[in-house]
Amino acid sequence: MRRAECIAMLYPELDDKLVVTIMGACAQELYDLGHKDNFFYLQHAMGLASSIGLGLAMHLPKERVVVLDGDGSLLMNLGTLATIARYRPDNLIHIVFDNGSLLSTGGFDSHTTSGTTDLAAIAQGAGLERVAKVDSVMDFGEAVIDAFNSGRLSVIVAKVAAIGPNHYGMDLQLPENAFRFKRFISSRRQT
Amino acid sequence: MTVSYENSKVIFQGIKAAGITSLSALPETWLGLLLQQAEKDPDVTLIQVAKEEEAIGIAAGAYFAGQRHVLLMQNHGFLAAINGIVSLAQLYGIPLCMLIALRGHWGEPYPWHTRGGIVTEGVLRALGIPFEYARDPAEVGRQIREAYTFSQSSLAPVALLLTRDLMEEPL
Repeated sequence: MRRAECIAMLYPELDDKLVVTIMGACAQELYDLGHKDNFFYLQHAMGLASSIGLGLAMHLPKERVVVLDGDGSLLMNLGTLATIARYRPDNLIHIVFDNGSLLSTGGFDSHTTSGTTDLAAIAQGAGLERVAKVDSVMDFGEAVIDAFNSGRLSVIVAKVAAIGPNHYGMDLQLPENAFRFKRFISSRRQT
Repeated sequence: MTVSYENSKVIFQGIKAAGITSLSALPETWLGLLLQQAEKDPDVTLIQVAKEEEAIGIAAGAYFAGQRHVLLMQNHGFLAAINGIVSLAQLYGIPLCMLIALRGHWGEPYPWHTRGGIVTEGVLRALGIPFEYARDPAEVGRQIREAYTFSQSSLAPVALLLTRDLMEEPL
């Protein structure tokens, strides 16, 4: 399963969600489907996408928040799983694309490749109750639908191939992304 | 060493008077009494983190959400959060109002705090983060309000350093 296929399947569902992605391939694959002002691409500060998602979800209980994370990023901030489990905002869906690789920085194996580190088990151990582990596009789609329908805090760990886009670049400056994302949220709060 | 209950109360009142509705924190001794008040206050959302760098992400989320948020941490936690401060807040123009307990400075009896205390001001300067020292309970409320205002207008991190004079009862 490729991450790009999963993101393409997810994309039509994201119009009315606040989406935070990690850097690199994941951000690029979402951007290439068509940027929207409700997408925030965290192009550095690895590990903090889920913390931004938690901050959004806790302060905007009427919004649905989707975090697109990766194994390399999550391994840099495992404590986030325990913090999310403690406050358990039901409007947060945390999707972790586990490609077992630090793909954007040269394809070095991450700790999950060896088969000894199981991020879904870590999430469960952190106290997260709804954790799905999927390795096919169909199962991914079902897990996403189930997460949205449940209206509960959900984690989906999706095992994907270590394949990224053949190009990088966005016509979007980083502060511009932040300004437009904030403006999108404030305009929704007024309506 | 006894943490000042009166001054912890004054600081929390200053946070409230600045219109702050959301706090992220990693508990530490000097901040304990202050955080206990935040926990009891129904008008304040308190998010306790496992490590301080998480709070940089949470603060960014709170900012995007339009919430008035401050971060409470020890200076060693600030040192642990630098990549998030640089590569999220400064990179994207996201304000952070950080109230930092300045351990390991004048009068510090504990050796383990000293290295972090000695380098804190230099690291703040290297990062271009504006800072002030809070020493006087009569001034700290104004300093919190002004720190918050400056973080919002500059779209950048600012720091208020909570000193021993403010946080501990005099011997």
